[in-house]
Amino acid sequence: MAVEPVTSLSGRMPDQAPESLRRPVSAQAAETAVRLEAVRKVFGETEAVAGIDLEIADGEFFSMLGPSGSGKTTTLRMIAGFERPTSGRILLHGRDVTGVPPFDRDVNTVFQDYALFPHMNVSENVGYGLMVRRVDRAERDRRVTEALRMVRLAGFGRRKPSQLSGGQRQRVALARALVNRPRVLLLDEPLGALDLKLREEMQIELKVIQQQVGITFIYVTHDQEEALTMSDRLAVFSEGRIEQVGSPADVYERPTTPFVAGFVGTSNLLRGDVARAVIGSEGTFTVRPEKIRMTDPDTAAGDDELFAMGEIRDVIYLGSDTRYVVALDAGGELVVTQQNLETSSMEVLEARGRAVRLAWKRRHVLALEGGPSAGEEEARRNP
Amino acid sequence: MERSPAARLLLRLTTAAILLFIYLPIVLIVVYAFNTNRVPTWPPAGFTLEWFGRAAQSSEIRASLSLSIQAAIGATLVALVLGTLAAFAVHRFSFFGRETVSFLVILPIALPGIVTGIALATAFKTIGVQFGLLTIVVAHATFCVVTVYNNAIARLRRTSRSLEEASMDLGADTWQTLRHVTFPSLRTALLAGGLLAFALSFDEIIVTLLVAGPQQTLPIWIFNNYLRPNQAPVVNVVALLAIALSVIPVYLASRISSEAAGVPR
Repeated sequence: MAVEPVTSLSGRMPDQAPESLRRPVSAQAAETAVRLEAVRKVFGETEAVAGIDLEIADGEFFSMLGPSGSGKTTTLRMIAGFERPTSGRILLHGRDVTGVPPFDRDVNTVFQDYALFPHMNVSENVGYGLMVRRVDRAERDRRVTEALRMVRLAGFGRRKPSQLSGGQRQRVALARALVNRPRVLLLDEPLGALDLKLREEMQIELKVIQQQVGITFIYVTHDQEEALTMSDRLAVFSEGRIEQVGSPADVYERPTTPFVAGFVGTSNLLRGDVARAVIGSEGTFTVRPEKIRMTDPDTAAGDDELFAMGEIRDVIYLGSDTRYVVALDAGGELVVTQQNLETSSMEVLEARGRAVRLAWKRRHVLALEGGPSAGEEEARRNP
Repeated sequence: MERSPAARLLLRLTTAAILLFIYLPIVLIVVYAFNTNRVPTWPPAGFTLEWFGRAAQSSEIRASLSLSIQAAIGATLVALVLGTLAAFAVHRFSFFGRETVSFLVILPIALPGIVTGIALATAFKTIGVQFGLLTIVVAHATFCVVTVYNNAIARLRRTSRSLEEASMDLGADTWQTLRHVTFPSLRTALLAGGLLAFALSFDEIIVTLLVAGPQQTLPIWIFNNYLRPNQAPVVNVVALLAIALSVIPVYLASRISSEAAGVPR
């Protein structure tokens, strides 16, 4: 799990964003762009969003992360205005927009299926928002050209969406939204339909564009890696509620609930008797797999270290790393990742069944709020 | 798939036989329309355009052609309005009995024409409507709606709902969205559906016979005249006209449909 600091991307920035697409830097940098107050949404019998409060700062790259059905997309759609909250308020830059239709909100959306108008060419698609707002022709053409240049599609204006690749359509959708200079851009799993390589490229490109135009991005995804690499802050959703809000490092290093620990990274929970035996206290704890050192059973542990004995049950060779599933003598199991510094694939695969000692620094143990883990939730839902 | 030469030959012969079986009688009519001989005989005695002149001069034929075209246009317009509205209603809103409504809209095309005809004739008599163009239009509209409805709802189902959301998201109000996004994406479907409706109405005879009253549409005129020996060549000419007026719309409709579906021609 690489939590790459996003600033390292700036080296790959192409050109500066055109003037017309940049928003003036606001006087107070920490102004609130979006504010949700006790927002609930009920569809028939189902409570899709169960009352959430959230503040997103101006200029932030904010991700809403969660499994499907966790309420993240419904929340996004309420911010866009496609759904009306059952109760609660939504404020955009201080203005209550709870009952305001989408066409009167200063937000634009990049849809999961891109939703490009098939009967219009690329330029007409990008210029649509300007056309319906009666921006004059010359100005419209200029801004469309600039927007297409920014997403590296200059010269594609006359093509039809059906003549573009998935990645190009995605960039048209982005240009179509950004050309209107919205104060907030909403992105609904925009990279979901792309293959892995393209997705990684687009992640970088999106982040760069966000930094250039300086507007708030609200990004819905179920891909934890995507959320961790791109966001300034993220919210982890589960069953219509927000489990935790924080910076990627915060959420990854200090998950506050078993769900977050399990969804963002590998859960590695220690609870009940196992917790008592290994940690020495009551509660639910987690240790990240890469914080665990795996040694021979007779190697002594350091002074500030906790340890547990176990047996390697499973080995998953991942190329640069290997993931070991270790069954603890005290019960339960822990996942351990080790870099393949000096080991080959043959050697790691032979490790199955070997007795080992696991050790980790006391400060890498995190106490979690009670409640079932993600895995148990899963098991309860699909018995 | 690779086929053996023998299989390929057999396939070609079968196809040719089927096409001949369907189209030879029609070709015969077309040929006889130019035959100098008044009685249909093979081989044709000679080439003439006389029957075309006769047909053009007949005020009866002109009147029935005009009635047929008016009825077809009327039925098509009614079908376009009702079919589109029904498609929108069934696609957009969920209401009690929606599937039933969808089925009931399609049903008239499967109902025996004679039943539709009797039912409508009875209904018109009951409420005291005079038989004529209006009753023909209404009767034809009952089954013409189906082609428009089917085309429109297929397009609506294929068109993503997010297109309209995207339009509103970009600042277009409901009306602008309808005008710039919803309607254009339906346009070719409606055109194709309308052309099929026109063709369907134009050559309909069973229902028409029962609700036309004293008026004659083109198919009724043909029906009334083809047994009269001295009218035979003129009937062939009129049949030729009827073929053209039904085949051209169907051909255009299928071209439009395949273009919209992105099928290369």
